[in-house]
Amino acid sequence: MLTRPDTGALTILFEGTPVPARQGESVAAALLAAGILAFRTTAVSGAPRGPFCMMGACFDCLAVVDGVGGVQTCLVPVREGMRVERQRGARDVAAEAVA
Amino acid sequence: MMAERFDVAVIGGGMVGSAIAVGCARRGARAVLLDEGDVALRAARGNFGLVWSQGKGDGMPAYAAWTRESLRHWDAFADAMSAAAGSDIGYRRSGGLVFALGEEEWAQRQEDVRRLHNQIGGPSTPVRLLDRRALEDLLPGTPLGPRVLGASLAPEDGHVNPLLLLRGMHAAFRAAGGAHRPGAAVDAVRPGFTVHRGEETIAADRVVIAAGLGTPRLAAMLGMRVDVHPVRGQNMVTERLPPLLPLPASAIRQTAEGVVQIGVSYEENLWETATTVAELARMAARAVQVLPPLARARVVRAWGALRPMTPDRYPIYAQSRVHRGAYVAVCHSGVTLAAAHAGPLAEAILAGQLPDLVAALGPERFHADAA
Amino acid sequence: MRVDLAVIGAGPAGIAAATEARAHGLSVLVLDENHAPGGRIWQAIEARSAKDDDDRAAQEAVRAFRASGAEARFGATVWCVEPEGRVYWSEQGRARDAEAAQVLIATGATERPLPIPGWTLPGVMTVGAAQIALKTGGLVPSGDVWLAGQGPLLLLYATQALAAGGRIAGVLDLAPRGAWRRALAHLPGALRAPSYLARGLAWRLALRRAGVPWIRAAHVRAEGEGRLERIRFAAAGGIHVRPASLLLLHDGVIPSVQITRALGCAHLWDEGLRCWKPATDAWGRSSLARIVIAGDGAGIGGAAVAQLSGRIAALGIAAALGRLAEAARDAAAAPLIAARARHLAVRPFLDALFAPLAIEPEDDTILCRCEEVTAGRVREAVALGCLGANQLKSFTRAGMGPCQGRLCASTVAAVIAAARGVAVRDVEPYRLRFPTKPLTLGELAALHEQAEAVEPQAS
Repeated sequence: MLTRPDTGALTILFEGTPVPARQGESVAAALLAAGILAFRTTAVSGAPRGPFCMMGACFDCLAVVDGVGGVQTCLVPVREGMRVERQRGARDVAAEAVA
Repeated sequence: MMAERFDVAVIGGGMVGSAIAVGCARRGARAVLLDEGDVALRAARGNFGLVWSQGKGDGMPAYAAWTRESLRHWDAFADAMSAAAGSDIGYRRSGGLVFALGEEEWAQRQEDVRRLHNQIGGPSTPVRLLDRRALEDLLPGTPLGPRVLGASLAPEDGHVNPLLLLRGMHAAFRAAGGAHRPGAAVDAVRPGFTVHRGEETIAADRVVIAAGLGTPRLAAMLGMRVDVHPVRGQNMVTERLPPLLPLPASAIRQTAEGVVQIGVSYEENLWETATTVAELARMAARAVQVLPPLARARVVRAWGALRPMTPDRYPIYAQSRVHRGAYVAVCHSGVTLAAAHAGPLAEAILAGQLPDLVAALGPERFHADAA
Repeated sequence: MRVDLAVIGAGPAGIAAATEARAHGLSVLVLDENHAPGGRIWQAIEARSAKDDDDRAAQEAVRAFRASGAEARFGATVWCVEPEGRVYWSEQGRARDAEAAQVLIATGATERPLPIPGWTLPGVMTVGAAQIALKTGGLVPSGDVWLAGQGPLLLLYATQALAAGGRIAGVLDLAPRGAWRRALAHLPGALRAPSYLARGLAWRLALRRAGVPWIRAAHVRAEGEGRLERIRFAAAGGIHVRPASLLLLHDGVIPSVQITRALGCAHLWDEGLRCWKPATDAWGRSSLARIVIAGDGAGIGGAAVAQLSGRIAALGIAAALGRLAEAARDAAAAPLIAARARHLAVRPFLDALFAPLAIEPEDDTILCRCEEVTAGRVREAVALGCLGANQLKSFTRAGMGPCQGRLCASTVAAVIAAARGVAVRDVEPYRLRFPTKPLTLGELAALHEQAEAVEPQAS
């Protein structure tokens, strides 16, 4: 596990559940700190994946952020109230366009 | 190295050469397929994957007929190649569309379809015009953009995964006893015939030069004049998406994996395969007008490929009058014609005479003394 | 927008180059994907409190950069660079571009992929990833966290994590026996820059004093249902299983060549690091007239070398643009070049000591994570005639995912080479094209609309 002593003053939502976050950290870091390791399932085989490189190279930390899928969560700084959901398979652009 | 003797040597392991080679091997000929290494210009990498008759042969009835012939053989050919590849090569023939954006394009589309309908021999396969309403009926749930006023539909058209097709052809060729020799470009071909590649000498009763942009140099060695120049086509693909577009269109199709492939530029006489922002942006703008939700989809990869283009864009099939048994086959619609190449063309080459269907597609239409 | 110099990457090299270029009056644009300067090694340096002299020097360099007058755009992801000097990037969902007389690529290094069985399980990450989490979020390891691999970064991270109050269950040293002996031949060079050796030894001692188990091991596997639950490894003649909540892998770093490859720059094979790097001269000039490269992206050298190379490159660029006489350029660069040579003297030793681990994956180990292509499928493709990575891409989809080979290029090449019985340098690598980072069709389309508005094409 990766943990931190101070939980952070911000709050983001992961699958509807509040998760503490620290100003300046990435969404991926905040989720890792909360013990969340799997952010998505792949479109190829449905295998669970989570952050691997934390630097925008591996594209395994993809999640749906504020309604937009395929977001590299390690490159997005947290914002108060941000909504993050697991991405299941391929992202649904048509549904996103309507939402 | 000792010379080995084959019934046929095919120079060029891309879409055209591989199809001819597999056709020969499956008919019992001892065949060798010579192919360059990993950095071959390989037009096959640029294939959009369309099995396409629509619009083909506008002004050249012989080409329309040859295309129709290929489509006739495609089902059986696809089954055989899938079996050899050990997996589905993604062959689907449920129809192909050419979208019309805006009034001017829609008017032009209708005129083009009517003109081809009235040509001697007609279009390669039937084509229907669909207005917006009819399109929506055909594609319920497909989020078409407001500028899509209509499309022409060729119900017999479709698409295939061109890379899996190539893999299938190579596998089928080997399975039929063909000698697949990738790894180096051919240096020379001489009457008799011998093919020279580095230290290697390969002897064959027949030689087929299907080397794409490399064809003219080799053809000239056997007294055949073939004019081919590069036309770059840029492609791009998106991340995997859920099903959005059930039928392929001329510049946009969704593959079995879910990626949306968008093409294709037409840039004359460029010898390098770089991508350009200007062309990718133009293609993107059009794709987004056809399917607006694609505006949110990410492009994950783009590439350029060089098509071997003849002076009138139609294939060139040549047979040497001086050196019997020497053939040339070059075209840019190698996927659509693959079934014909593996079928009637391979059969005719083994029998010693190009098929009647391609009589009007010889190089002498450009130069009387070309072969 | 038009500038004299566009710098891609605000790590040590990019920061140093921008500051130096500004000192000679060049207009400078700096683009970085992160939201603050520092790159990897100085990540979040402005937000952290300095722990030592290195940190203080880094903060000073960043302060000087901030004060230099360079236009810095953060959250800016570059996706295309044209040889003529136009740079395209995405910022807040919009594609933008700028024209530059010279472009400095300072995008640094990337972890050398280490594909072990189960490495795609959630809970397996790189050491670099954990270091980023530490620097940006203050995250420390606790409860069954294992490190596996080798290299200075592994030692550094372990030391930093412990100092920050973290706990490490153990380190699996995957370096083969005899590495020290091979490295000894290069010791004289290493002694020219003794601080590297001293630091490495200090880190190693710190781990020992903290009682972190250091196990010489091989054949590590990550196992678990849906996430990492345990690791399995061979050590001391037996097979061992340990519970694990996190496994951090590391096998050194290699230059990130995505942009230089897509540009068509000439590349050289670095036998010591067993990787490709762009061909550059002493000034960082590439094979393309307007493209210059500095920092780890030109060849692994570390932060000190990166800063020196950044400054040297900027001096060269200033002279090339007529803002500095060549004599002045040479005079200013001479001490920097000498200092750089001293720092680089340690590289042969480090390269030998931490020679890349042999890549001999089992058939069902995934090599291409994006498309889930296993080593077995790669070997099959070679048997069917695939000679290089591009044909492999066509036949297996390896390399076709969004990472564009960042995590599989080196391993795929190694497996192809082994299957063909040739040297890795003789295997044609993935041919890359722009965009090197994804952008939406909408962003691209908007660029077309903009261009049309300025100069409508007759269609």
